[in-house]
Amino acid sequence: MSTTDPLSAFPLAMEGREAVEGATREGRPLTPTERAIAAVEAYTPAEAAERTLRNEMLADSRPGSRQPLIINMGPNHPSTHGVLRVIVELDGEVVREVVPVIGYLHTGIEKQCENKTWWQAITCVTRMDYLAPFANIHSYVLAVEKLLDMEIPSRAEWIRVLLSELNRLASHLVFLGTSGLEMGAMSIFFYCYRERDEVLDMFEMVSGERMNHRYFQVGGCAQDLPEGFLERLTQFLKEMPGRIDEYEALLTNNPIWIDRMKGIGIIPAEQLLGLGVTGPTLRAAGIGLDLRKSEPYSGYEHFQFDVPTETAGDCYARYLVRVREMRESVKIMQQAIDGLPEGPVIADDRKVVLPPREELAYSMEALIHHFKLVTEGFKVPAGEAYATIESPRGEMGCYVVSDGGPKPYRVHMRDPSFVNLQALRPLSKGGYLADLIAVIASLDPVMGGVDR
Amino acid sequence: MVQEFEDHGELTVEVRADRILEAARALKSGPSQFTLLSGVTCADFPDEPGRFRLAYHLRSVQTGGRVRLRAWAGGLDPQIDSVTSVWPGADWQEREVFDQFGVRFHGHPDLCRILNPLDWDGHPLRRDYPIGGEEVQFTDAV
Amino acid sequence: MALIPPPGAPIRRSPRTDDAIDWDLRDPEALEASRGILTTTVEKAIAWAQTSAIWPATFGLACCSIEMMHTLSPRLDMGRFGAEYFRGTPRQADLMIVAGRLTQKMAPVVRHIYDQMLEPKWVISMGACASTGGVFNNYAVLQGCDKVIPVDVYVPGCPPRPESLMEGIDILRKKIGANGQVPSSELIAERRAERAEWDAQHVSDALKGGPAS
Repeated sequence: MSTTDPLSAFPLAMEGREAVEGATREGRPLTPTERAIAAVEAYTPAEAAERTLRNEMLADSRPGSRQPLIINMGPNHPSTHGVLRVIVELDGEVVREVVPVIGYLHTGIEKQCENKTWWQAITCVTRMDYLAPFANIHSYVLAVEKLLDMEIPSRAEWIRVLLSELNRLASHLVFLGTSGLEMGAMSIFFYCYRERDEVLDMFEMVSGERMNHRYFQVGGCAQDLPEGFLERLTQFLKEMPGRIDEYEALLTNNPIWIDRMKGIGIIPAEQLLGLGVTGPTLRAAGIGLDLRKSEPYSGYEHFQFDVPTETAGDCYARYLVRVREMRESVKIMQQAIDGLPEGPVIADDRKVVLPPREELAYSMEALIHHFKLVTEGFKVPAGEAYATIESPRGEMGCYVVSDGGPKPYRVHMRDPSFVNLQALRPLSKGGYLADLIAVIASLDPVMGGVDR
Repeated sequence: MVQEFEDHGELTVEVRADRILEAARALKSGPSQFTLLSGVTCADFPDEPGRFRLAYHLRSVQTGGRVRLRAWAGGLDPQIDSVTSVWPGADWQEREVFDQFGVRFHGHPDLCRILNPLDWDGHPLRRDYPIGGEEVQFTDAV
Repeated sequence: MALIPPPGAPIRRSPRTDDAIDWDLRDPEALEASRGILTTTVEKAIAWAQTSAIWPATFGLACCSIEMMHTLSPRLDMGRFGAEYFRGTPRQADLMIVAGRLTQKMAPVVRHIYDQMLEPKWVISMGACASTGGVFNNYAVLQGCDKVIPVDVYVPGCPPRPESLMEGIDILRKKIGANGQVPSSELIAERRAERAEWDAQHVSDALKGGPAS
């Protein structure tokens, strides 16, 4: 790759150069993030050689002196849970400064939603936080239903609860598997993915897709549960507590796991609140904030379950909280199966919801409604709404602004991972580099949600 | 100048852009203690004089109440005070608003692009910014 | 190549050579040929080694990476094909599975990682977003990773099932083998020709009363 420009041999150095150029172009000093990026990259091979030489000479002249080492855990790294880039300033093995750089998965979902109808936007939004697609669409659909002032049939609400909890289980399984993998425990990965395959099979039964479903619809659910789904789920739920016992047997009292996770990554709970952190991270620090209890939505007030809380606030506590949440999810799902009411799965408002297919054969009005809904889409009255749900990672919110048309005017997803990741800096400063990995694993960020 | 209304069960308080910091402090330390900042977001209304309408979603841990704080940041050179001194969690949220809309926050410790590449031109979520991508050759579907 | 035919189906023969067309192990000749693959030329042996241990570089970007992890799960063990060993460094990998949407900010990084991989290297573009931009057609997403790197196999889906990815890897293995590993019918014909040639040589020598008696 030889061209006239020496920097083109190091494409990554482009971003550092961009940082410097951007600042000079706008005539302002570099911000801390830009300075970190420029420090890690913007140098030519000649500069790099000179820098190494200078460091070596300094070390010779002052033996025992330590220079901070700035390394780049680039967007492509096995342990960064996706494309998270972390620029770390190290003093030996101790982390002095952490600058997370995100945006490597920025998909422009919010802009894309403005070009789609209210229905079509569900397919865009579901791909945001890809480990909890039901959570994404649940919050979006709740926000739109708020604007429409719609009543959802209770069967639809219970199905939504059922699938949301199944999604929570699946997401925590990925957390457990990948955290174990990053700490070096490989077997837990295979155990968790064995269960997750069964969960995804059930998702496929319901919505036709293993991931990135578009099952929740404005007004309820797109279709009823298929035959055999409840039996299969009941069978799965019978085995699941035993499986969770297996995971705990592998990890909870494992001395290596405890050594790596206990006492790592603790900051005061008020600081976490100030940062806007929610979800298992906050609950592990002692504040038992759970939207399913404090602001029940979609029928959660009918269910009996506990909100697991720990007080230690370290990575181990976050792990315990999530494992207990898996058990609570099993409980909720069992209650949902037992008490699932009969009835329609979607509201009856013909201006918003498609009429049943049989009606198209004999009702002209139904035909016209169907035509209008499919070609133009339904119109949502002007206004704004903010609906929140408790996703596996915390408070997932959807802020929807409508101008009265068939397309959203503005859709903003308040993703929990985006806000939780701000805590990475205070949590890992002063710890070791290996603890940084443990902290990232325990925060459980999903870069699709962070970058949207 | 404060305007307050309730819609769809949500309380919205609208303040002037230069009083945002006062309002933020008042809400945080007031009787309801809105200590949790859920999100800072923005919507672009090119026809309105204020153009960029910021929305701060606040939540109270004690009472469980929610409130939306709104402010218009101005059209030609949108600027507003940063609330990072009140809620540190506004850091990345305000950076995102700056990146996508171009609203500058005074007093923000680290105001640079967060989602788009650092040398990106323009602010993508503005209404006059094109959707981009490749042109599709059939229908007007996007 | 076709799937293994069901029991009872006739063995299809090539019209040119009268050999079994597919890798049909009910055919005793094909079976023998499959056993003898290690005795073939060095290129074929190398191709066999390459296809049996393709080590991917970790390049999971978005949702497709989760399905890629599912190919490692116990149900569809990718370790059967030697491809479970995901390498952290691209220097030790020979396959890059671009799993997920490629954004403008990530494009130079992809190119950088691809350049660091050593020859021979292959790329599988997994999912609709990596192949053509998928659901997203906007300012932020590259409409296909083949805008920055050359791609060998495209696996469609959003996300593709783990079985689809396995099929993609299987197609890639056949593609790799296409340069060194020939289909069984040609192999059998080749070996038959070699044997005929040897026969011709040695028989004629013996007939001539040469040293081989």
